Amino acid sequence: MKKLIIITGIVLIAGMITLSFRELPATKESSFATLPKDSIGSVKAYMSVYKVLMSARCMNCHPSGNAPLQGDDNHIHTMNVQRGVDGKGVYSMRCNNCHQAENTAGPHMPPGNPKWGLPPAHMRMVFQGRTPRQLALQLLDPKQNGGRTKAQLIDHMANDELVGWAWHPGEGRTLPPMSRLAFATQVRLWIAKGAYAPSAKAK
Amino acid sequence: MITITVNSQRHDIDVDPNMPLLWAIRDILGLTGTKFGCGAAQCGACTVHLNGEAVRSCVTKTGRAAGQNIVTIEGLSSGNNHPLQLAWNEMNVPQCGYCQSGQIMSAVVLLRENPNPTDQDIDDAMSGNICRCGTYQRIRAAIHKAAAMQAEGAKS
Repeated sequence: MKKLIIITGIVLIAGMITLSFRELPATKESSFATLPKDSIGSVKAYMSVYKVLMSARCMNCHPSGNAPLQGDDNHIHTMNVQRGVDGKGVYSMRCNNCHQAENTAGPHMPPGNPKWGLPPAHMRMVFQGRTPRQLALQLLDPKQNGGRTKAQLIDHMANDELVGWAWHPGEGRTLPPMSRLAFATQVRLWIAKGAYAPSAKAK
Repeated sequence: MITITVNSQRHDIDVDPNMPLLWAIRDILGLTGTKFGCGAAQCGACTVHLNGEAVRSCVTKTGRAAGQNIVTIEGLSSGNNHPLQLAWNEMNVPQCGYCQSGQIMSAVVLLRENPNPTDQDIDDAMSGNICRCGTYQRIRAAIHKAAAMQAEGAKS
């Protein structure tokens, strides 16, 4: 009987946590759920987050250089496009000179979003070339993540419109390896279980 | 009905807001100095200014330009005497000429933001405008010349 009560309790708590993840509104998140610290579970969740961040749709706008990347092979953006101070390009090569507020229809046409651009020069938030550990530490460091708290980091990943473009990238572009909802859930689990960074050996 | 201001003239045009601005400029308003090149924002031949920025009008929806200020090559100066137009003539930049209005519209933004550009600045600003005749060296020289003319004009 005792066992049954304990098991029922665990199932109920797990269910509530799952529901709380799913039912969070698509608005600014100022706090986040916490779970008992679990370095293994936290790292496991992070590693699936990392796979998404390293996918072309995310990494192409988080390059190691000052030019955005294009395509599933992450080649450097044609036309010598530059980041610029604000991440929106330079001179007559501003991002939204070609990239509109929405995807332009058709294959090989410019994708679009109202916030289209790279991170600014003073906060480059590089993904390209980062190991899982390096990227985890970078994401958690407000000095390198755009001044975000953990709650703001979750909010950015789960709700930001430009991040969300990755799942609506337009014709001919592959999607990240999991849905946005699954991605947001893994981000929340990573943080909720202690926001552990994987070991330097993790690949 | 969409209202757009092109070269300081207001126009009410009855078009689908999703229609490329380039169509409105060329086919509705008859301003054919702006060219169709690729239709995919890859070549820069269709470059016009939308509130001062060098947009590619082949992928810019006319609805985006509603109530905004557009300048085409025809409206760049009153007597084709913008320093870049003068320098272009003096240096005999065009060969076939098809891309040149787009080239000049991009160069205008460069010189407005950087009156004394280096070769690297010119590369950074102009590499979205392709010239199949390969007049790049003359384009670069003309931009330097226009920058000098602009500086002279500012002194006098």
